[in-house]
Amino acid sequence: MQDINLLANDNRGKSQLEGGFDLLGWDEVQQGSVLPSFDGDATGIANMKSEERSYSGFNSYTATVASWRVQKPVFNIDVCIDCQNCWVWCPDSSILSRDKQMLGIDYDHCKGCEVCVEVCPTNPKSLLMFNENDDIETALSQWPEKKKKETK
Amino acid sequence: MAVKYDLNEREVWDGNFAASQALRQAQVDVVVAYPITPSTPIVENYGSYVGNGYIDGEFVMVESEHAAMSGCIGASASGGRVSTATSSQGFALMAEVLYQASGMRLPIVLNVVNRALASPLNVRGDHADMYLGRDSGWIQMGAFNAQEAYDLALCAFKVAENHDVRLPVMVHQDGFITSHTAQNCYPLTDEAAYKFVGDIVPVDDMLDFSRPVTYGAQTEEDWHFEHKAKQHKALMDSRPIIDEVYAEFAKLTGREYKRVESYLMEDADVAIVALGTTVETARFAAEELRKETGIKAGVVAIRCFRPFPFDDVRDALENVKAVAVTDRSSPGGAMGAFYNEVSAALYTTVNRPLVTNFIYGLGGRDFSIDEAKRIFTEQQAHADAGHITTDIQQFSGLRGPHLGYFKTKRG
Repeated sequence: MQDINLLANDNRGKSQLEGGFDLLGWDEVQQGSVLPSFDGDATGIANMKSEERSYSGFNSYTATVASWRVQKPVFNIDVCIDCQNCWVWCPDSSILSRDKQMLGIDYDHCKGCEVCVEVCPTNPKSLLMFNENDDIETALSQWPEKKKKETK
Repeated sequence: MAVKYDLNEREVWDGNFAASQALRQAQVDVVVAYPITPSTPIVENYGSYVGNGYIDGEFVMVESEHAAMSGCIGASASGGRVSTATSSQGFALMAEVLYQASGMRLPIVLNVVNRALASPLNVRGDHADMYLGRDSGWIQMGAFNAQEAYDLALCAFKVAENHDVRLPVMVHQDGFITSHTAQNCYPLTDEAAYKFVGDIVPVDDMLDFSRPVTYGAQTEEDWHFEHKAKQHKALMDSRPIIDEVYAEFAKLTGREYKRVESYLMEDADVAIVALGTTVETARFAAEELRKETGIKAGVVAIRCFRPFPFDDVRDALENVKAVAVTDRSSPGGAMGAFYNEVSAALYTTVNRPLVTNFIYGLGGRDFSIDEAKRIFTEQQAHADAGHITTDIQQFSGLRGPHLGYFKTKRG
């Protein structure tokens, strides 16, 4: 079962997108509303894993949009074949994967679009949508059986 | 390494060629452009300088002016020295992106060769496009001849790229009257020109991989107002920096520019306030009229239309009796915009001169010396009567019956 904070660092999803910042005055806002993505020197950051990076408060990594979601995808590791289709197709980089091994969902940024479920090729699917308030354990216990081929 | 471009101490250049030479000497890195009459030769010449090895730069031909300014934004946000040129319909198509450039505080220099806006279609010079940019958050400078188009383009980079400014700058010249009239020009040497402009020192550049940044953030009612206020302050605070750059340029060349230019204003009773090439016509008329009639005529010209020199224009005009403010743009159901701005400044003076508005020269209609003299003479009549004796807004140089609006309540 997926740990909710899988691969999170101290920063991830710490603020709500709306109202999560101190409301600064005009003299304190960023010139040109140009927003730095990281605190400090970011040289070589492309080679670091997301949970190791020092994302700045301006980066969406540090904000959660979990409240936008009505349904959530649940990941079943027992069925997954690590094909990475969901990782490729997720429009919000919310599939957590390491060394081509699918680990779970970043629930701070997933918006419940269902694309990962759609592109999952396994039988039964390794990702299925459940109501946002369903707990993951219950969801996994309701996982469907493999669909049999139709006999002619 | 760029090929040496031979320059004489005195060259015969039109306004377009002069502006393109300034782009070459400033060693502009990127020009993203779409051609439109009468500004085309500026970017076309830059392209030929690149093609012939006179400059190490990049000329990007795109599919529209909207794309041209968008490309300029990308190149400028990447840290390059960036410029382009446009006119009229092209300027209008660029309008949306102009606000993006200023909002992102990108020091792009746009050479605008002023031309009327359709319909009816017209390629000649009036100020409709320049007026369209007046709320866009850009600094707007006006050149009255080819030499100034060159000089101000060099100054524009230095102002725009100043870290206390970081705002885009438009350098305006009048379509055909300036852009296509060959005149004597005195260029700087390449070395002196580049030394004056200096290297661009990028801010928040996207090619700085040690500090990745996001351009084009979204801000709603909780943030947008603060960002626009900060931008407005930068524009207002650019005034002394523009003055410094003009002063430094004067030291180098002897050619002195002010955000508000005054001619024969020391003892003037009546004045014409004008923009662009009209200034030189009005100056000539004022000199002649003084000799012919003794009317103490003077001219106030706005060199820097944005940030609007509210205080300087007031200082220049507060002691005259009657002022004619000339708008070379169709007012669209209001008093001329320039009239409104000058009037607002003069309303805060003790003397409150009589101010009238002339709409003139639309679509490149010639503004003659005789007409300037007639306007001066009419101002003298207002001054003698102690109140405005005509309609407050009048059309000048128009065929057909008199067209004018509104009478004063001060008489």
